Amino acid sequence: MALAEHAQRTGSRPAGSVTVLEGRRKVMRLASARPAPTEGQLYAAREKIHPASVRGTFRTVKWAILSVALAVYYGLPFLRWERGAEQPSQAVLLDLDKGRFYFFFIELWPQDVTYVMGLLILAALVLFAMNAVAGRVWCGYLCPQTVWTDLFMAVERFAEGDRRERQKLDAAPWTADKIWRRTLKHALWILIAWWTGGAWVLYFADAPTLVVQLAAFEAPTAAYAAIGILTATTYVLAGHMREQVCTYMCPWPRIQGALTDRHSLAITYRYDRGEPRGSAKKAAALRAAGRPAGDCVDCFQCVAACPAGIDIRDGLQMECIQCGLCADACNTVMRKLGRPEGLIAYDTDANCQARAAGAPAVYKPVRVRTLLYAAMISAVGGIMLYNLATRDLTGLSAIHDRNPLFVTLADGSIRNGYTLRVLNKRPIERAFTLGLDSPLPLRAEVVGGSGNTLRVPADSTQEFRVLVFAPPRAKLDRSTELTFVITDPTTGDRAAADDHFKAP
Amino acid sequence: MAESALKSPESSGETTGHEWDGIRELNNPLPRWWLYTLYATIVWSFAYWVVYPAWPLLTSYTTGLFGYSQREVVLEEVARVREARAARGQAQLASASFEDIRSDPNLLNLALATGKAAFGDNCAGCHGVSATGRTGYPSLQDDEWLWGGTLPEIERTIRFGARTSHPESRAGDMMAFGRDGILKRDEIRSVANYVLSLSGKAYDPKLDLARGGEIFAQNCAACHGDTGRGKQEVGAPDLTDAIWLYGSSPEQVIATITNGRKGVMPAWEGRLDDATIRSLALYVHGLGGGR
Repeated sequence: MALAEHAQRTGSRPAGSVTVLEGRRKVMRLASARPAPTEGQLYAAREKIHPASVRGTFRTVKWAILSVALAVYYGLPFLRWERGAEQPSQAVLLDLDKGRFYFFFIELWPQDVTYVMGLLILAALVLFAMNAVAGRVWCGYLCPQTVWTDLFMAVERFAEGDRRERQKLDAAPWTADKIWRRTLKHALWILIAWWTGGAWVLYFADAPTLVVQLAAFEAPTAAYAAIGILTATTYVLAGHMREQVCTYMCPWPRIQGALTDRHSLAITYRYDRGEPRGSAKKAAALRAAGRPAGDCVDCFQCVAACPAGIDIRDGLQMECIQCGLCADACNTVMRKLGRPEGLIAYDTDANCQARAAGAPAVYKPVRVRTLLYAAMISAVGGIMLYNLATRDLTGLSAIHDRNPLFVTLADGSIRNGYTLRVLNKRPIERAFTLGLDSPLPLRAEVVGGSGNTLRVPADSTQEFRVLVFAPPRAKLDRSTELTFVITDPTTGDRAAADDHFKAP
Repeated sequence: MAESALKSPESSGETTGHEWDGIRELNNPLPRWWLYTLYATIVWSFAYWVVYPAWPLLTSYTTGLFGYSQREVVLEEVARVREARAARGQAQLASASFEDIRSDPNLLNLALATGKAAFGDNCAGCHGVSATGRTGYPSLQDDEWLWGGTLPEIERTIRFGARTSHPESRAGDMMAFGRDGILKRDEIRSVANYVLSLSGKAYDPKLDLARGGEIFAQNCAACHGDTGRGKQEVGAPDLTDAIWLYGSSPEQVIATITNGRKGVMPAWEGRLDDATIRSLALYVHGLGGGR
């Protein structure tokens, strides 16, 4: 039962590798930061985690990603992109009113929603591929929950100090200093949260205009409501909930277990090298006596640094977002002790076992699974790119009148009625020429129009009623194929729609 | 199973105390805020009962503090749409000239939409949903008009009707030449044969066309014209074209001549307002055959 549960929690392997677990059990468990259930309680209070600040490679990478991600998020709405007169000049804009999505040189209409589907498929595949190669890369570095939590923790450290000071402050009575520090922290959090919500709404309207409107209390109610909701969620999720979101709210930790195999890298405590753990002094004594000693000095720096509050030495755990901060903390200690770095590093459990048994470690980033993901990503991406590159800026659809199918006129000629809808995706008004392609000597007439010209305003669609006439005494079948063709004489754009001409 | 067997590096081994047939449940406590979220939703549901309509009573329901009603919301929206429509030019439809309305796309669209709705409500019963007509009820889709196909003529026909008691009504009867004894049976057959020949239809060569022509000139030409092209002032249809209100078989033509025809179009003045009548005229005119 415990084994099954362990397998479930570690996410990766069902009962298949019992030996691993048994082998590990001997070496594991001194103390866990995971909250132990209070006796007889079915619900446990969250234990506040105070991660210590660390320096190192992973921390630097995380800061870099955080800076870029937040700069893009807060700044992108202000980036301009010229599209011509009367057209929005915002590089990234989701215009819900007009039903247009602008992304730099791409403009999508509601019927182009297939691209969004393609993007989602692509995003899922990339996520799967990342997981197959190096585990929860998304969770540790890229997820907004991680990025904002990191930012909020930095603010917390600025206002209240590092782990030790914060723990002391928690226990301290409410002095003026404590009140001041707490007020400062929450004020800064709310400010960032508010800015986060504020930046969000700027993607849905012209940013500079909306900023002015917001300040003058003239913006739409929906904008204020969205800002309010996002301010609240950011403040609560990044300030107060943090690892609880990852552990209890997010489905991804459960799913990723199914997408990881024995070759997937993960932040791993190399127990083959670390065990038996003990103080530096004891280890030195053991080594002097020629007996095996592990590199782990049991300093708990990895536990102190963990934003999820777990002990990485217990193995792969569901709570672990694989941010690598424990590795940074451990490397600092190893450097001080003069031992090689990488006691905690990207590795696999299989390699730990192999090394412990004296076999060489195996790294296989290229395997069937990752190749398949790469192939699928290329295929979907390729299809989307091809589609995007060859998509039409002109469209035509035709609907034949349902009733009457045809009308006999006084001179005996036959008339059919159609509704044509012309799409003009270019940012200029265009005049299309309507033509007919049919084996019959048909003549078209645009109702209320001038001749066979269809005028369509910039970036919009226009409906036209078109009457098609067959001359009197023409030899007509009950149904004859007919193609409407529109051409833009200036650009040469062309679109066609197939229909039928009906007769008695 | 001993208690210690439940212990593992991952579990304290503590159970919830629940046991079913020897199966015990490990206690992996949920976070407490989760429980509070549940309580919050319960409080929320109570608030919802108080604020919004919630409980059915015998003859009504609890209306809630806000007195919110979806029906009221719909009625308000309908009223708003009516106002907006009026603002968009419902009044102009009654007063502006047809030329002005047709040159203003917004006004024209409003007229066509109003006309289409009114047509469905008032005219479709006889003329058909798509204005294709049927025997005795003219198709409004084609370009043949009994009383004139220009906008003012169509408006007049709608407003005062045809063969009604209104003083301005369209008037002009197709007489019952046979029933009233004006023409004899074989004369009717001759003239019917002649009429069929006018529009290039198959006719009976055994009958004397010239005689039919003579009878036509004496009895029919007054209304239908010497060449049979009809006269819209009296609602006499063109007999040379491809459209036959009462059918084009020899039997049907003979029946028409024998018994006469008196199709009635009701007068809509007084029943529909000016804006609607004019919208109907624009709609009918725009179906494809307007002059």
